[in-house]
Amino acid sequence: MTEDVDGELVRLAGVHCAYGAEPVLVDVDLSLSERQFVGVVGPSGSGKTTLLKAIMGTIEPYQGSVKRRRNLQTAYVPQVETVNWSFPITVAECVLMARPGRRVPWASRAERAEVSSVLERLGLDGLAGRHIRELSGGQQQRVFIARALLRGPELLLMDEPTSGVDVRLRHEVLHLLDDLNAAGLAIVLTTHDLNGIAAHLPRLVCLNRTVIGAGRPHDVLTPAVLEQTYGATMEVLEHGGMPVIVDGFHHRHHHDPGARDFSEAGARP
Amino acid sequence: MIDELLRPFDFQFFVNGLAVATLAGALCGLVGVYVVLKGMSYIGHGLSHAIFGGFAASTLLGVNFVLGAGAWGIASALMINGVTRRRVIGADAAIGVITTASFALGLALVALFGTTSQSFDAALFGSILGVSNGDVALVAAVATATGGLIFLRYRALLFTTFDPEVADASGVRTARIDALLMVALALSILATMQVLGVTLIAATLVIPPTVARMLTNSFARMLALSTAIGASCGFVGMNLSYHLDVQSGPTIVLVGASLFAIVFAATGARGRRRAGGVTARLGAVRAGG
Repeated sequence: MTEDVDGELVRLAGVHCAYGAEPVLVDVDLSLSERQFVGVVGPSGSGKTTLLKAIMGTIEPYQGSVKRRRNLQTAYVPQVETVNWSFPITVAECVLMARPGRRVPWASRAERAEVSSVLERLGLDGLAGRHIRELSGGQQQRVFIARALLRGPELLLMDEPTSGVDVRLRHEVLHLLDDLNAAGLAIVLTTHDLNGIAAHLPRLVCLNRTVIGAGRPHDVLTPAVLEQTYGATMEVLEHGGMPVIVDGFHHRHHHDPGARDFSEAGARP
Repeated sequence: MIDELLRPFDFQFFVNGLAVATLAGALCGLVGVYVVLKGMSYIGHGLSHAIFGGFAASTLLGVNFVLGAGAWGIASALMINGVTRRRVIGADAAIGVITTASFALGLALVALFGTTSQSFDAALFGSILGVSNGDVALVAAVATATGGLIFLRYRALLFTTFDPEVADASGVRTARIDALLMVALALSILATMQVLGVTLIAATLVIPPTVARMLTNSFARMLALSTAIGASCGFVGMNLSYHLDVQSGPTIVLVGASLFAIVFAATGARGRRRAGGVTARLGAVRAGG
């Protein structure tokens, strides 16, 4: 549904989504505003990807409503793990997909200029003719961000942009997203990485089928919210003014002299 | 030697057969790129068998073959597409049920009411005999329509093939694009059945794109190469078919398979890595019958 939503980009109210009989999202309320940078965290199967799909409109809620601002341009960056890397496609071909409506196969002069500009902006200049598999991990991620940016989105949705990547690449992606956000792009990303990603974002949503908590990391990353989200005990420390989440069991096991040693007792936690 | 090679061109049936084989090869090479990259090789294989059911029924009922088998083929294609998209049951299982049932119905109709005639043999294994100007026009029309579809909807087809979920999110009507592709596939099989035969059409859908994939990393170049390879295999195979006195379908497929073997060996590990995704699907088609 598209309509004016009082300055917000998207508003979800009481959204329920399901795959068959299996509920995936239950009574989700969420609003996204311009220039926001939001991380969605939660365990596997908590509905993070489904939430992105509900925001995009590729899955319809069976109850509740998703209202989008009129003519809202969204773009989606899938998990790199889901990409078919053996598909015969060059960087330029991949990025140009963002304009699927053109009636002839080749790019117009204006499109070629736009592709060059976005590739240069993302540090991919000179790679337009390369096959996507021939790129480094960071470059591969940026190709799909470039494809999304060519749509001229106001809202960028990214599914696990840093899963399976090393620390350097994670920083690279985060810095890039931070720059894009500073330039006015609203971003919603899902992540499993509480310490490496989530704690660095200005706003977090803890999701486990429904929204457990939403707000600034300091307000949301609390033992109570995390336990409700993940179903496991977690402790929150502070390091350099940033919350650091520690698995409760391991924290007690390694640092608390009074903690019971399950392995010696022959029992499992 | 030259006279011997040119002798079949004195016969109108051969010229017609050659035109159909070359156009059919190009058409199957073109459509086959999408079939292979979407992992639909089994659909192509099954659909060719399903259309045989329509061919048998329309022949025995005296209905125009193009209309009868065409309607049957399009209905089967859309049914397969619908089942595949909904994922109600396993796509391969659904395709197997729909297409083999259709093929079996064709065989049963022939057994009950007809005789094994040359037209049925041609439909099964391909023949250059009796290829009329109308057959040439049919293949040319389907090739033009399919080429036009791919030209006009190039990016939407590419997006839907590569990344259907994001294509859907980007406003591409992926269901319609998939349905159009399935109709194009059904019509391509229908138009080429006479020369290639239903049992061998799948190979002409799969071999040219697989060879092309080993030669390039670009989608646009793969489309062009696959079309050219398909046309070349049709042209060479048809000539060999005449001179060796072997049915056209097997000869065209064997030319393609030989080219595959040569390119496979010549491109080494790089080509094999490129084609890794598609050769696995070719294996699945062979295993499927």
